[in-house]
Amino acid sequence: MRNIAMIAVFAILLSFFMYIALNPADFGYSGEGLNFGHPRFTDMDDYFIHNAQNQTASNNVVTSIVFDYRGFDTLGEATVLFTAVLGVGLGLRMLRGDEDDE
Amino acid sequence: MIFNLPFITVVIVIMFGLYAMVFRRNLIKVVIGLDLVESAVNLFLVSLGYVKGGVAPIYTNAPSTDMVLPTPQALTLTSIVIGVATTAMLLSFCILIYRYYGTLDTRKARRLRE
Amino acid sequence: MMSKIVRTQANFLYPLILIFGFYIVMHGHLTPGGGFQGGAVIATGIALVVVAYGYEKIKRWIKKTHLTAAEGIGLLCFIITAFIGIGTSFFYNFLANSGLIFGESIPYGINPGYLNTAGTLPIMNLAVGIEVLGGLGAIILYMMAYGREVSE
Repeated sequence: MRNIAMIAVFAILLSFFMYIALNPADFGYSGEGLNFGHPRFTDMDDYFIHNAQNQTASNNVVTSIVFDYRGFDTLGEATVLFTAVLGVGLGLRMLRGDEDDE
Repeated sequence: MIFNLPFITVVIVIMFGLYAMVFRRNLIKVVIGLDLVESAVNLFLVSLGYVKGGVAPIYTNAPSTDMVLPTPQALTLTSIVIGVATTAMLLSFCILIYRYYGTLDTRKARRLRE
Repeated sequence: MMSKIVRTQANFLYPLILIFGFYIVMHGHLTPGGGFQGGAVIATGIALVVVAYGYEKIKRWIKKTHLTAAEGIGLLCFIITAFIGIGTSFFYNFLANSGLIFGESIPYGINPGYLNTAGTLPIMNLAVGIEVLGGLGAIILYMMAYGREVSE
């Protein structure tokens, strides 16, 4: 019974995702929905591509976004990595109380 | 239709990951399903920012100045590192669960151990 | 510990992997790559040596405390570099186009790439590279140290 309900949920999800991915309402790149190779909103990225070289003096636009324009994202990401290593160390150290090289 | 092939791949991989997360009983397989969903989301972000005929957004000896969108790539970079961190965390929890319960089966590891 | 062939290959490849990782970290503002990718490459070198020699031999050479210390130092350098530019805003690129270290300006458009550019970006790349190498190496060593005990 539970399996049948889960399979029904999966079928609904699959049909919904496939409807979005296949995008049957738009055959001729009119700009509606998802079209691979034709993104709809590009204003922010055009600004980054045209101004990153003058403002940050970096050739790599992705690096200038990661470390300069969107630095807070990278700060949170580094904090997440730090916390994950802390969690792994604390959790696995519970297995054996006395380690020789700590 | 067929030009949306990366998005169709994203849907298929997400469904495989959800299947592994819901129907499998082994915790390692649940972690593998989570990783599949994560990879599918990364592929979705990168293919969302692809511009037809564009090159990578790096000006060093670039063949042309038609560039793909750089912001989804930067956020995908963030997402990959966070995925590695969460996967390491989950696998260490799997090691702990195996030590305490002697099994990785979710039906057997569910009981409260005194 | 694995066979002699694997150990010889690991001896040969370990310095090359380290050099390649630091190259990716230091050229992060010119070529594809950056701090995260270079740190992951260096952690791959650590994983290769651990697999080839076994944890019991490698724990005298690479210690977990050093790696976690490198992680903390990298994160601290990152935050300090972000805080220096707080006169304008957090994460302000105060070294770009200033003429100091990493302070040359570059011509607009396609160019061959100059290493002495991009302001604070190479410093942050180096800090994040040290942090990621410490973090992933510490994760690998923790799992080799404590996950192995189950099978005995």
